[in-house]
Amino acid sequence: MQELINRAKELLADGTVARVLGWKKGDMSYNPEVAYFNNAEELEGFVYNGFCAANLSKYLIEASKLEGKTLVFLKPCDSYSFNQLLKEHRIDRDKTYVIGVGCKGKITVEKIRDLGIKGIESVEIDENCENITVKTLYGDKTVAYADAMLERCHVCKGKEHVVSDEVIGESRDTVDAERFAEVERIEAMSPAEKFAFFKAELSKCIRCNACRNVCPACSCRKCVFDSTKFDSAQKANVDSFEEKMFHIIRAFHVAGRCTDCGECSRVCPQGIPLHLFNRKFIKDINKFYGEFKAGEDAETKGPLTNFTFDDVEPCDAVKGGN
Amino acid sequence: MLKIAKVDLSKLYAAIAETADLFVPAKTAGQTNYTLWSDETVVDMDTLKTVKSPKDVFFPQSENLYTVNKVDKKYKITPEELCNRDFVVFGMKACDIQGVKVLDKVFLSNPVDSFYKARRDHGTIVALACGEPEESCFCKVFGIDCAEPDADVACWFVGEDLCWKALTEKGEALTAKVAELLSEGDESAVEAKKAEIRAIVEKLPYSNLSLEGWHGDATKEKFDSPVWDELYKPCLACGTCTFVCPTCQCYDIKDYDTGHGVQRYRCWDSCMYSDFTMMAHGNNRTSQLQRFRQRFMHKLVYFPANNDGMYSCVGCGRCVDKCPAHLNIVKVIKAFQKEEAAK
Repeated sequence: MQELINRAKELLADGTVARVLGWKKGDMSYNPEVAYFNNAEELEGFVYNGFCAANLSKYLIEASKLEGKTLVFLKPCDSYSFNQLLKEHRIDRDKTYVIGVGCKGKITVEKIRDLGIKGIESVEIDENCENITVKTLYGDKTVAYADAMLERCHVCKGKEHVVSDEVIGESRDTVDAERFAEVERIEAMSPAEKFAFFKAELSKCIRCNACRNVCPACSCRKCVFDSTKFDSAQKANVDSFEEKMFHIIRAFHVAGRCTDCGECSRVCPQGIPLHLFNRKFIKDINKFYGEFKAGEDAETKGPLTNFTFDDVEPCDAVKGGN
Repeated sequence: MLKIAKVDLSKLYAAIAETADLFVPAKTAGQTNYTLWSDETVVDMDTLKTVKSPKDVFFPQSENLYTVNKVDKKYKITPEELCNRDFVVFGMKACDIQGVKVLDKVFLSNPVDSFYKARRDHGTIVALACGEPEESCFCKVFGIDCAEPDADVACWFVGEDLCWKALTEKGEALTAKVAELLSEGDESAVEAKKAEIRAIVEKLPYSNLSLEGWHGDATKEKFDSPVWDELYKPCLACGTCTFVCPTCQCYDIKDYDTGHGVQRYRCWDSCMYSDFTMMAHGNNRTSQLQRFRQRFMHKLVYFPANNDGMYSCVGCGRCVDKCPAHLNIVKVIKAFQKEEAAK
């Protein structure tokens, strides 16, 4: 972490960058927040650890409008979102300086709490990110790092940064699950079971829009759901399972552009596995158009925005698409 | 003091449900929220905080106000029926009960909100003392005692029993209806439990948060502070904090085109949203800084200014737990403390 701070100080001092976008220590050991650092003094509050899960790419839309370059720290998976935003002309590469940071998987206090741990006073991660010691009001606990890891890290896209000006720190292979296993499980359900599954999950939605607002692929200046001329208000939560419309429309809108960064599921206050919609689209795109990773580069046209006569016919897609 | 064995609680729920609708915290798809009880409900009294507060029971996230239909070239207006069934909310914590008192200030003062009042009149609150307060709790800061919730009935889990004490007429009436399930309990065991809970509260990291400088007369000083300029930046402008909050009471009124008429409904609004308080002339808050500031100014300055010093934060800590950007009212209060100390 000190290496990151030192390098940021250097780049601020020599005028390469005007500000630094990173994570600031929280008031608990597990709640760092996204922050801008404008000078060496402010960087004393900088932190980078397992809890720094927030993908900073989307913040660069606003940062691109500021004077001078912004130094941003991106984890390998965040770098895909960065490329995708570049491709969509939403951020300015010339206004950013990217330091790729090593990642050993990101953890969340929600997962620690899911293990039945309450009254957390402090969380200490050991040097190798193998174990977490949790001091609580009700006694001390040890948790395996992997048990507190976000779903997305169990199916990590890889250790490589697809874009960076320099890389600091080692990453680790955290994959211990099959990325499409859950999608396949749902595909195998009968229509009635599928409906029941999604109804149970999506009925929890409180229309907070956190999934949309955190999503790097959701970068419209004004979301259609925020329009006052639209009948289905973005904030009305109704019993008739209307929430499904919002999530399905959103999944369609980001199809082919979603990098599977997992932020939607990370931020959902109701623990809805929203990434499953997007991952189903990714699986289908891979099947019908060939392996495609959104954000792998900033130039290639996505299969859904690049019509060719060889494209799969809708009827074939339906028949073979489960 | 009365009591019932924990193992018999399902009998108690069934007995209450015979006389009234019963709302309980229950786990659905992994998350605990208040829901209408039925035989199949998996009641979850162990989870300290439901994701959403029980505010919905009195003030639902969305509710119809009236329907307009066109019948024979004439418009017919049908008002929505007011709540006319008795109901019981079981398991509410002291912070959430204080949340209802905040809502009362808004909806029961003139002009009285008839939808809310009907629900308050028909609702009985059975409160539950907090067994294991969590680190994000800071109810003590607002003078709330989570060991002694103030409702129609107060309950405590002590050993293998649930202890039960009626505190109001409504509480006595409910107690009479389930009397045969209750037996004489031990007052001193409950007192010991209260002392145990209070001892934990003393150890909570936010319990001694100072509210110095936050009061009804602080509008200008706080509003103009440069602290907001940086503070709001991580905010995603989502509505999580407002929708999990037990006291946020802002709502919007909208019309839904049913194809052959109009359904006028209201739904919770969030000051974090871009169309919040949108008027014909436009919007009086055009930046996220302004929207972010509004929420905390309302909780800690405007509300006390209009309600004899009552804050509209109850320290439940849901926003602390749930903010996707790890930003919350505690961090706001602390940021101002830091700024004032630096002066």
